[in-house]
Amino acid sequence: MRIMWINGVEIEDTFAEAFKMYAARIIVTAVNRQWALEAATKLSGFATSIIACGCEAGIEAEISPEETPDGRPGVSVLLFTMGKKGMEEQLLNRIGQTVMTCPTTACFNGVTSQEKVKVGGKLRYFGDGFQISKLLGERRFWRIPVMEGEFLVEDYFGIQPAVGGGNFLILGETPEQTLKAAERAAEASRSVKGVVLPFPGGIVRSGSKAGSRYKFLRASTNTAFCPTIREQVKSELPPGVNCVLEIVIDGLDEEVIRQSMKRGIEAACIEGIKRISAGNYGGKLGPFHFYLHELFKQ
Amino acid sequence: MSGVGEMNEILLRPKVEFDVPVEAEVISPDLFAEKSHEEIGSLPVFLGNRKMCLKDLFEIEGQSSTNIVLEGDFSRVKKIGYGMSRGKIHIKGNVGMHTGATMKGGEIIVEGDAMDWLGAEMNGGLIWVKGSVGHFAGASYWGSKHGMNRGMILIEGNTGNEVGKKMRRGTIAIKGKTGDFLGVGMIGGTILAFSETGERPGAEMKRGSIVLFLENCTNPPPLLPTFTYNCTYSPTFLRVYLKTLRKLGFPVKEEYISGKYRRYNGDIVELGKGEILIYEP
Repeated sequence: MRIMWINGVEIEDTFAEAFKMYAARIIVTAVNRQWALEAATKLSGFATSIIACGCEAGIEAEISPEETPDGRPGVSVLLFTMGKKGMEEQLLNRIGQTVMTCPTTACFNGVTSQEKVKVGGKLRYFGDGFQISKLLGERRFWRIPVMEGEFLVEDYFGIQPAVGGGNFLILGETPEQTLKAAERAAEASRSVKGVVLPFPGGIVRSGSKAGSRYKFLRASTNTAFCPTIREQVKSELPPGVNCVLEIVIDGLDEEVIRQSMKRGIEAACIEGIKRISAGNYGGKLGPFHFYLHELFKQ
Repeated sequence: MSGVGEMNEILLRPKVEFDVPVEAEVISPDLFAEKSHEEIGSLPVFLGNRKMCLKDLFEIEGQSSTNIVLEGDFSRVKKIGYGMSRGKIHIKGNVGMHTGATMKGGEIIVEGDAMDWLGAEMNGGLIWVKGSVGHFAGASYWGSKHGMNRGMILIEGNTGNEVGKKMRRGTIAIKGKTGDFLGVGMIGGTILAFSETGERPGAEMKRGSIVLFLENCTNPPPLLPTFTYNCTYSPTFLRVYLKTLRKLGFPVKEEYISGKYRRYNGDIVELGKGEILIYEP
């Protein structure tokens, strides 16, 4: 077995297994940064895992007024689903309930693609016949009258194939040290354009494995990495490890996931961290395999 | 003969000053794209009612290109770029009637003035006139159901009457003064008029938006009584339009982007779903 160390931390010779997903980029603008962030936070809320949330989403970046379609402060949100139909449903519900309801906002498509889902074209019916269509070049917008004024939303949102579930595990001596490393890792991983970390603060404490002893449950706690039951299960934890946190990354393509994982792992290798590992299902479920050692070969 | 200038382009210059109109809808990137110099020269044109060849009336340089440059006075040459779908026509002077009418794509740049029916019933592409324009720009022809249906017309000078008549989609922006009946019978689309406007803007409009900025206008015309005031607000869609114009290089003041507008809906003798937005300084 090959051994790799970064800053005294062992990088396990394993791989993260990731899945095919669809992604949309939603640009939310508002009168100021505060309201754009407010809407984007709600839009990407309760979207940590496809298992129970229907989608995975997160804030990709803040966008300056010079770069947004309407010249106001903006926030870009990436939203991931397993299929096209699910994407339309999620966008329709989420934009309708979280962006349209938020004062001063407008909502624009951020992906140029042949594959599209109709969003504004369906939300428009909220206008009860007083909605107005505007076609500018190839882009159609809907102006929906609301009590505050008008909500502007783009007719179609482009979707593209994407990668969900890039990940790595941080195995630390104490919860304090592990959390510190995970915070650093999340910040570094997020700095790559085209990725989001859908879990709270970008960090997962309850990583899962596929299946369960209960028939009705599709996923259950990742027993091999739970320190409190180390002696009751076939544990993957080396001696001295008392806490594990996971970073999960969804991205627009394999390369951004690779970059994000690399930056995150480098940032996580600090004092008190024993090992960096990754979650996989033996390579049988997801087509994308990110070998940790290969991330550092270039 | 090979292409001229820095890019592969086809250059046309009138051989004489025309005393009767020339109908030259063959001056189009679609037709020039695959043709040799000889084939281009043999394309038919009408000088008044006389059928002639393009080479009889114009000096032609270049071949097989979608990039056309016209030098000299083309103010009596009609239908240039009529129905074109791609490429570029750069007119370094004035141009005649029906320029870019029914065009579907591509770009026409006019350094001088353009006569009536500029971009009439156009379906796509961009027309940019640095000078002034006659009547019926982006309008419907008599008897047609609708005028301009897509695309963009940018005019830096003034315009005549009935600009955007019955237009259905697309955008017209006018920096200078506009004539009477701006957007008459509009069905959709957007007209942005930055300076003074003539009588009865938006008469009989069903849908669509006319935005009046009334720059340097001391005596704005009264709106028709069939338009009713709704509210004063900052339309977000207008920010998108103005920012797009700015990106193209069309002059737009910052205060227009962030400004407030009075919204009137009308014309209630028709559907009443059209709007006139008036900038409030």
